[in-house]
Amino acid sequence: MEEAIEILQNGSYAKVLGGGHSLVPALKLRLNAPETLVDVTRIESLKGIAIEDGTLVIGAANTHHEIATSADVHNTLSFLAKGASAIGDVQVRNKGTIGGSIAHADPSADWPALLLAADASIVIQGADGTKTVAAQDFFTGFFSTILEESDIITQIRIPIPPEGTKSTYQKFVQPASRFAIVGCAAVKEPSGATRVAFAGVSDYAFRDEAVESASSSGASAEEAASKAAEGVSIMSDHYASEDYRKHLAKVYARRALVEVS
Amino acid sequence: MSNKYIGKAVKRVEDKRFITGKGKYTDDMILPGQTYAYIIRSPYAHAKIKSIDISQALTAEGVVAVFTGDDIAQSGINGVPAGWQVNFKNGDIMKEPPHPLLVGTGSTVKHVGDAVAVVIAESKEIAADAAELVEIDYEVFDAVVNPADAVKDGAPLVHESAPNNIAFDWEIGNPKAEVDEAIANSHHVTSLEFVNQRMVPNPIEPRSAIGLYEPSSDRYTLYTSTQNPHLIRLLMCAFVLGIPEHKVRVVGPDVGGGFGSKIFHYTEEALVTWCSKQIERPVKWTSERSEAFITDAHGRDHVTHAEMGFDKDGNVTALRIKTFANLGAYLSTFAPAVPTYLHGTLLQGLYTTPKIHLDMTCAFTHTNAVDAYRGAGRPEATYLLERLMDLAAHEMGVDPVELRLKNFIPPFDGVNQPGYQTQVALQYDSGNYHEVLRRGVAMLGYEEFRKAQAEAAQSNKLLGVGFSTYIEACGIAPSAVVGALGARAGLYEVGQVRVQPTGKVSVYTGAHSHGQGHETTFAQVVADKLGIPLEDVEIHHGDTETVAFGMGTYGSRSLAVGGSAIVKSLEKIIEKGAKIAAHKLEANVDDLTFADGKYTVNGTDKSVAFGDVALTAYVPHNYPAGLEPGLDFSSFYDPANFTYPYGCHIAVVEVDKETGKVSLKRFIAVDDVGNVINPMIVDGQIHGGLAQGIGQALLEGAIFDENGQLINGSYMDYCMPRADDLPMFELDRTETPCPHNPLGVKGAGEAGCIGSTPAVVNAVLDALWSGGFGHVKDILMPTTPERVWRAMNS
Repeated sequence: MEEAIEILQNGSYAKVLGGGHSLVPALKLRLNAPETLVDVTRIESLKGIAIEDGTLVIGAANTHHEIATSADVHNTLSFLAKGASAIGDVQVRNKGTIGGSIAHADPSADWPALLLAADASIVIQGADGTKTVAAQDFFTGFFSTILEESDIITQIRIPIPPEGTKSTYQKFVQPASRFAIVGCAAVKEPSGATRVAFAGVSDYAFRDEAVESASSSGASAEEAASKAAEGVSIMSDHYASEDYRKHLAKVYARRALVEVS
Repeated sequence: MSNKYIGKAVKRVEDKRFITGKGKYTDDMILPGQTYAYIIRSPYAHAKIKSIDISQALTAEGVVAVFTGDDIAQSGINGVPAGWQVNFKNGDIMKEPPHPLLVGTGSTVKHVGDAVAVVIAESKEIAADAAELVEIDYEVFDAVVNPADAVKDGAPLVHESAPNNIAFDWEIGNPKAEVDEAIANSHHVTSLEFVNQRMVPNPIEPRSAIGLYEPSSDRYTLYTSTQNPHLIRLLMCAFVLGIPEHKVRVVGPDVGGGFGSKIFHYTEEALVTWCSKQIERPVKWTSERSEAFITDAHGRDHVTHAEMGFDKDGNVTALRIKTFANLGAYLSTFAPAVPTYLHGTLLQGLYTTPKIHLDMTCAFTHTNAVDAYRGAGRPEATYLLERLMDLAAHEMGVDPVELRLKNFIPPFDGVNQPGYQTQVALQYDSGNYHEVLRRGVAMLGYEEFRKAQAEAAQSNKLLGVGFSTYIEACGIAPSAVVGALGARAGLYEVGQVRVQPTGKVSVYTGAHSHGQGHETTFAQVVADKLGIPLEDVEIHHGDTETVAFGMGTYGSRSLAVGGSAIVKSLEKIIEKGAKIAAHKLEANVDDLTFADGKYTVNGTDKSVAFGDVALTAYVPHNYPAGLEPGLDFSSFYDPANFTYPYGCHIAVVEVDKETGKVSLKRFIAVDDVGNVINPMIVDGQIHGGLAQGIGQALLEGAIFDENGQLINGSYMDYCMPRADDLPMFELDRTETPCPHNPLGVKGAGEAGCIGSTPAVVNAVLDALWSGGFGHVKDILMPTTPERVWRAMNS
C-alpha cells in the first residue's frame, strides 16, 4: 500500500488500475495516457470479505464475482450479491472490482446506488493517512468523487441492518453494455425506515429522499414510487430519452418497493 | 458411392484448431521484416483537405514511411471500382466515382473513416503515435446520411458527378401503369412506410491485410481476411494497381467470420500491397474494432413505402414499392447488385401476386459503404412482404396464416411440374410452401397460443405471435444471367480433385470457408462418392496459388455451386478410374460397378479397390493403352439456375406493457434448404442466421447523427445479440431437392437471417394489437423498449 501511494504521489502522471474495465478501453482509445499504472488488485490488505462487529467489510479489490458469491454477503445483505451478479457479464465480474467501480463513478454503474441504499462507508488511504467517508458524501458528480490523485480506496464498510430488513436491486439494463438504464436499490427496515437509491438515472447515483420519506411514513409502493426522480437532472441517450427514463425510474421504484414491503 | 457420411452429423474437423486457439488468421502472421501500417482517417463526414503536413511524423524514430493520397495519385492509381454495373432506367450507366485508397490534398473526404494518410513503422504503437504528429487541415461541410434526404434538391453532394446524390435509379416488374391500375382497383390496400435499418456486420475477426512485395521475383503476396481471394486478386490487379495477375498471390487464411462484409475488395488491401512495393518490406494493417465500425461495409439501409392490394376474397392483386437505398459514399464491390438484382427479384415471395413493381433509387450519402450483409437484399424483400402480410391480415380481420395459405404458389417439384415463373425475372426451382407453414403452425400450437394470448391481454405482459414465410435466391449464380444483369465477373465455381498415388485425396475449392465448415461438409461428399474414409480427404481453399480459380463464398453458394464443381471432378475421377480398373480386372468398362470404394465386375466377386486404381494411375507400368497417367481433375461448374431455399419462421414474444421491453419467448423455424449433407452444420448455420435476424429486429442498428458521426460505434452502444437474448430455437425442416444440381442442395447460410426479422417485429405488433393498441402499424427496428413504449403511449 505504502509503495502504491508513494508512486501515486511522486509527480508522474499515474492512475490506479482496479480491474481495468473502464481504464484499459480508455487507454486503447487513446483517451487517457498515464505514464504509470498502479495495479492495486493484488494488494493483500485490499482483499477479503468479513463481518466485524455488526459491519460487513468488503476489501476494495474484491471482484464483483467474489462479492456475488460470498456467503457473508448473502447472509447479511443479499441485495448486494444480487446487484453484483447483475454487473456486465462473467468476464467483467471476474476482473472488475468494487473499489475500481466506485472510484470511476460511472453514472450508470450499479455499485454507487447499491452502496448508497446500504448506507455504506468508504475507507480511503492517502497521503494524509486514512479516512472514512459516507457513501452519501463520496459521489460528487458525473464521473467524480472526493478522491484525490494519490488516494486509494481500501474498504467498503456496511452496517448490517436489523433482523427482518428487506432489500432488493431492480435493474433495467442497457442491452449492449449491460450497465443500468435504471437501477433501483431499496432497503426497508422493520421500523419502516426506507432507503432508495438510483443508478443510471441522473449524472450520478443518488438517494431519492422523496420516495424514501413517503415510503418510510407508510405510503404504498405505488404512491411512493410516483415521486421518484423528480427534481433531478435526468440523462438521455439513444436507449432512453429523458421522459422515458423518468417513467422507468418510477416503474422500477415501485417494483423495488413492492419487493421490500 | 457409399452412404457413410452424407446426411450424418459429422463433427467439424476444423473445430479442433479453432477451439484450441490454433487457427491461423492474417493478424497471427509475422513475416520477416514486417512493418505496421496505421491509417489516418477523417474525423469528419464531409470536408475538404486543405493541407497535410507529414514532416514531423516522418522524422519520428521507428517510422519507415508516410504516404498520402498525393503519392498514390502520382502512381496513376484511381481507386477501387464496383464489381457490378447497374444502369439507370433511361439506360445511362450508373455513377461510379472511384474509391481512392487515400484522399489527397484538395479533395474531399466523404465519410467519417475515409482514409487520408498511412504511417508505416516498425511497430503498431510507433505507427499510431506518429500518426498523431501528422497535421491535417480540414474545411468542414454539411453532410447527409439518410438516402431519402440525400436525393432532395439542395442536399449536400457526395460526388459532384452524381446530381442529387443519385447513383442510379432502377425498376423491375410489370409496367408501372398496370400495377397502379391493379392497386386502384383493389378491394383493400395495405400501405406501410418503414425503414430497414442499417446493420454493422461485426465479424469477430476484424479485417487484416499484409502486403508482401519480393523484388527478387517481382512478385506480390497479399494475405487478407477475405471471403473471396480470387476476386480480390482480379479486381486489385486488373482494375486498381495494374499489376499482372500472374505476379500476384492472394491468400485468405483462416477467417473469423464475414457475413458478407469480407466479400469485397477494400482499399486497404490495395494500399498495403502498393506500400510494400514502395518500401520493399511487408506491410501489415489490422483494423481496430472502432475502425471496423466506420470502414467495414454495412448492410440494409432502405427507406420504403410499400402497398399491397387485395381483392374482396383476400387474394393479393398487386404490390407497389418505392424504396430509397443507401449505398454510402462509394460503391463497394457488390453494392449496386444488392438493392436491385438481389432484392427486386425476390418481391414475388411465396405468393401468386400477379402485378408487381419496384421503383428503386440508390443514393450516395456521407457514410461508409453499404453492401451485402447476410442475405443481401433478400432479407429486405422478405421483411417488406411479411410485414405487409401480417398487417393486411390485421387490417382485414383475417388470420395471417390463412391469408398466406390462400396466396401461396401451389406445390411444384421442378421435375414433373415446371419451375414457377415470377413477375420479377426469376424462375423458382421447386417447393412446397404450404407444408413448411403447416408444420410451423403445428409446432406452435396455434389455438392454445391464441387462448393464452387472450388471457395475457388482461395483464401487464402481452403475448404476440409473428409469422414470416420466405424464399431466397441462392447458389449464386448462373454466369450468363448475372452477366446480363451487370455483373463484371462470372459466378461459376471451381473444384479440383487430386487423388494422390496412395489413394488419399486433396480437394481444391474456390469456395472459401470462414465458419461454414467446408472442410467437413465437402469432405463428407468426397468420401462417400469415392467410398473412402473421411480422414483420407483434405479440403484446401483460400489460396490463389493452390486453387485454380474461384469466386468465393457468399449467397449460400458454396455447396450448391462449389460442391457441384467437386462432384463434376469426382465423376471424371470415377470414370477414368473405371478404365484403369477394367484393365486390371481384364473386364469391359461397361461391366463394372463402382461402389463402397471398389470397382466390381458385375455378377462376380472380382473387384479392385480405389486405392489400387490410384496407385496404378501414378505407377502406370501395366496400363490401358492411350490413357494418360495420373488421377487429377479440375472442373468449372456454372449453375443452370439459382437455388431457392424457403421456409417458415414463427416468433412468440412477451411485451412488458409498463416498460415496452420485448422478450423473445419462442422461435420456430421450419426451413427447406434442399438436401442436407451435414444436419448439425445446417442447424448451426440456421442458429447463427436466426441470431442475426433477431438481432436486427430487437437489438442492432447503426445510428448516424446529422453530421455523419456513427454514435454507436462500439460494443458499449451497438448491441450484438447474445445467448441470453435468445430462447432455445425450435427447428424442423423439409427436404425438397434442388432439381438442377447434382447434390440437390439449395444452401443454408442465409436462411435464418432472411426469414426471422419480420417474424419478430410482427410478433411485437401482434402483442400490441392484442392489448388494445390496434392502431399501431409500425415500430422502427430495432424495437427497443422505448420505441415499443412510445407506440403504446402515442
